[in-house]
Parts: sequence; structure tokens; C-alpha cells
Amino acid sequence: MTDVVLEVRGVTKAYGAAEVLRGIDLRVPEHSAVALIGASGSGKSTLLRCVDLLEEIDDGDVLLDGEVITDPAVDVNAVRRRLGLVFQAFNLFPHMTVLENVVLGPVRAQGVAVGEARERGRELLERFGLGGREDSRPDDLSGGQQQRVAIVRALATRPRALLLDEVTSALDPELVGEVLAVVRDLKADGMTMIIATHEMAFARDVADEVCFLHEGRVLERGPAAEMFSAPSRPETQRFLRRLLEAR
Amino acid sequence: MPTPPLSSGSRQAVRAEARRRRGRRGAAISALSTVVVIGGLVALVVTSPGWDSVRQLFFSWEDFRTAFPDVLKGFWLDVKLFVIVEAVVLVLGLVVALCRTSRTPALFPLRLLATLFTDLLRGVPTILLVFMIGFGVPALELSGVPTDAVVLGAAALALSYSAYVAEVYRAGIRSVHPSQRAAALALGLTEAQALRHVILPQAVRRVVPPLLNDFVALQKDVALVSILGPLEAFRQAQIYASSNFNYTPLLAAACLYLCVTVPLARVVDRLQERP
Repeated sequence: MTDVVLEVRGVTKAYGAAEVLRGIDLRVPEHSAVALIGASGSGKSTLLRCVDLLEEIDDGDVLLDGEVITDPAVDVNAVRRRLGLVFQAFNLFPHMTVLENVVLGPVRAQGVAVGEARERGRELLERFGLGGREDSRPDDLSGGQQQRVAIVRALATRPRALLLDEVTSALDPELVGEVLAVVRDLKADGMTMIIATHEMAFARDVADEVCFLHEGRVLERGPAAEMFSAPSRPETQRFLRRLLEAR
Repeated sequence: MPTPPLSSGSRQAVRAEARRRRGRRGAAISALSTVVVIGGLVALVVTSPGWDSVRQLFFSWEDFRTAFPDVLKGFWLDVKLFVIVEAVVLVLGLVVALCRTSRTPALFPLRLLATLFTDLLRGVPTILLVFMIGFGVPALELSGVPTDAVVLGAAALALSYSAYVAEVYRAGIRSVHPSQRAAALALGLTEAQALRHVILPQAVRRVVPPLLNDFVALQKDVALVSILGPLEAFRQAQIYASSNFNYTPLLAAACLYLCVTVPLARVVDRLQERP
């Protein structure tokens, strides 16, 4: 039996009167990828931010390797060091070079020696086709390159699991492929991931399980192939039909 | 009859010629309007009924020469004051701004103090503050507290300008999008590290032009210290003016202030042009 890396149990979150998450349950076994699909506002991003402790949850628990990380006594910084989060809008640090972006986490948060962090940063950049870009500023890169740097930045801290928040939604269509290729590569490497996405073909290829979020609840879940070919809930059917019509 | 089409070579030549003509006309118009406006203003002043006495009172070369060395010596004090006060302001302003933007509940008293600091010190005229600290603090007769007018005047200026500069820094800090903080925290950085490595470097870069603008203002406001007695440029000029019944030394002092503020203003312009 494989270990469960991340587990979400009955998590709720409200902003004032707006209930964004209404009791979410999720299990992410080691080396597996769970895709979160659903309309904008269904709670995908909020869930990822809650798992990375960027937002405080109201009720429920999040467990990382069996440890309850949403316990108020837990050191949030120590937890965040064990997880990687990649944002929709990249959120690279514009005043730093690509390599400085990549080594900031290892050097400042994890106490890795600068030389060692730079060397590993270079290796990672090289691996994801960004060799020679170490000294560029993020603004001088294409959107696809920026997002790949952001993924490398998250990987540089050797996270136990990677949380991807609609990593291709801010990209021009012709740049989506290069970023998805990186995620496929990571999956083949055995990275444990939660992937919020609107790319259904990609979700079908990469995800071991797909969860359909609707108004803060997981309405339907299952293996990707089943979900897409025979969704059982009318809401899921409607959502998938709308996505197809938009093509 | 329709005009025959031009070949592409001659079309380029015609356009270049038209551009040159437009350029020459523009230059001629701006030169002419400058001469008319400036000439008009000069004529207005020179033909005014009181011009002869003003010329003697403010533009006497003789008095300028005699007073200049003393005024220049006084100006050296202005420059020293400016440099020292500015250094203090840059640090104190940042400290106050950081106190005001802190989120930690434990720092609430600091946040309150910082808010009071900016509200009070920005709300009081700088000249009043110089007066109150310059004469009020020595009157307390506390031991160990400096009573030197230059030091107290500098302290008053530093307090007043720190309040303004703190607000400039704070605007810069707030202008950095929250997603930058989130990205830093997601890497495992602490709040303090996120501030130090991600938010502040971006904030400070953005506020360099407004900070320099406050430098220009401070550079001339150091003259306010003169009300406490120190012989800086304005004070020297005033002394000379009242003992010789001639105001030319004030003009000399004005020129010296301009020698510093105008280049500084051009630097600000250059920085603001950059995106």
C-alpha cells in the first residue's frame, strides 16, 4: 500500500458570508496526481492556498504525511518549506534574475549553501530548457518560460508535493504546451501533485483521479477516463459540455 | 486631372522635406515665443516705477562681492545639516513605515505610535517644530540632552521629514502586489524574510523619485534652523542685509541654494522618465 502524502478532511472556508469551501475531502497518495476541475469560483484556488497554509481554514484538517498541519501549534513556515505552490500568474520576483528567483527559497528558507543552491538551480533550469537564461530578468522571458521558471523555483526546495494552480490559464494558447510538457515530465518522475486546471485533455493524460468541484464541494470524483466519458452528475455534464462548446 | 503617382524614391524625399520644414517652423515658433514672453517679463520689471531702488537694493555687485564669502561659509553649514539630516530621515522614515505596515498583534503599540508620529509631525508646520524643539528642549534642563541649537534644529527637521518620508515608503510597500508576498511565503520564507528580500527591494525602487523630491524640499528647509541662531547661509545674508541696508546677500544665498536644488531636481526628472 502506498503512503498518502496529502489528505484533506472536511475542510471549510468562508470569506465573510461567502462560503467558498463547504467540506472538502481529498486523498493524494504518493506519486499520484489529483486534478481539480470546475468553474471559476468553485473553490479550486482557495483549496490549494489552504493546503499551503496561505489561508487559514475554518473547519476540518489538512494532513501532510499523516501530520495535521492545520493545527494552530504547527510552524507554518516549516510546512510551506515542504510543499511547492505554482501560481496562475507566475508571481516571479521581478527585481531578481531567474537564478536568484530559483535559489531564494533553498538559501533563505532552508539554509542551503549558496554555491550548492546555484549549482542545483542551474541543473534544474537546464533540465527544463531554460539553460542560458539564468541571468535574465523574468520580464524578458515569454509567459511560457516564466511559468517554467516558477515551476523550477518551486522544485528547487525539493517539495514533498507540488500544488499547481491553473498554471496555464494566463498563457497565450501556443505557450500552453511547453508548460504542460514540464508537468507531464514531473508526473513521469513520480512527483505527487494536486493540479487545478481547465485543460481537460491534459487532466485526462496526467491525473490518476479527477475531482469536479462545484460551489465548494467535490460533486464527483473518479479516474479521469470515466469522468470525462460518462460523468454521472448533471452539473458535471453541464460543465464539460460548456467547455467543449467553447472550443 | 489626377496627380500622377510618385515613385517610391521621390515619395520618401518629399516626405523628408516636409518633415524638415515642419521641424524648422516649430523651432522658429518656440524661439519667437520665448523671446516675446521673457522679453515682456523683463520689460515689465525694468520699466516698473520702483525698478531703480530695487536694483540698488537687490542687485548691487559691490555688496554681492563683500557678503559672498560669509554667505558661502554659512551655506557649508546648510550642506552639512542636509547630509546628516537626510541620512537620519532615510533610516527613521523606513523604521516608522515598517512599524505602520506591520501585521503582528504584538507590535500594535508600535503601530499606534508610528501612526501618531506621522499624523502629528506632518500636521505641524516645520518652522513651529523647529521653534518648539529648539527652545523647548533646553528649557527642560535635562542632563545629557544636547542644548546645541544646530543639533536641536537638525533633530526637529529629521523628525518632520521622517514623517513625510515614512508615508512615501509606506505607499511603496503597499504598491507591491500581495501575490509577491504569497509567492515568498510559499517558498517557506518567514514574513520578515519576505519583507526583506521580496517586498522592500521592490518598494524602495519604486519610491526613489518621490524620495528625491523630498530631498529637494529638505535641502532648502534646512534654512529654518536659522531661527534658532546658527549662522547658516540665509542667516548670514540677513545679518549683512540688516546692517548694510542692502538685500543683495539674500540673492547670493538664493543662488547657492539653487546650485544644489536645481541639479537635484534634474536627477529626479531623469529618474521619473525611466519606466
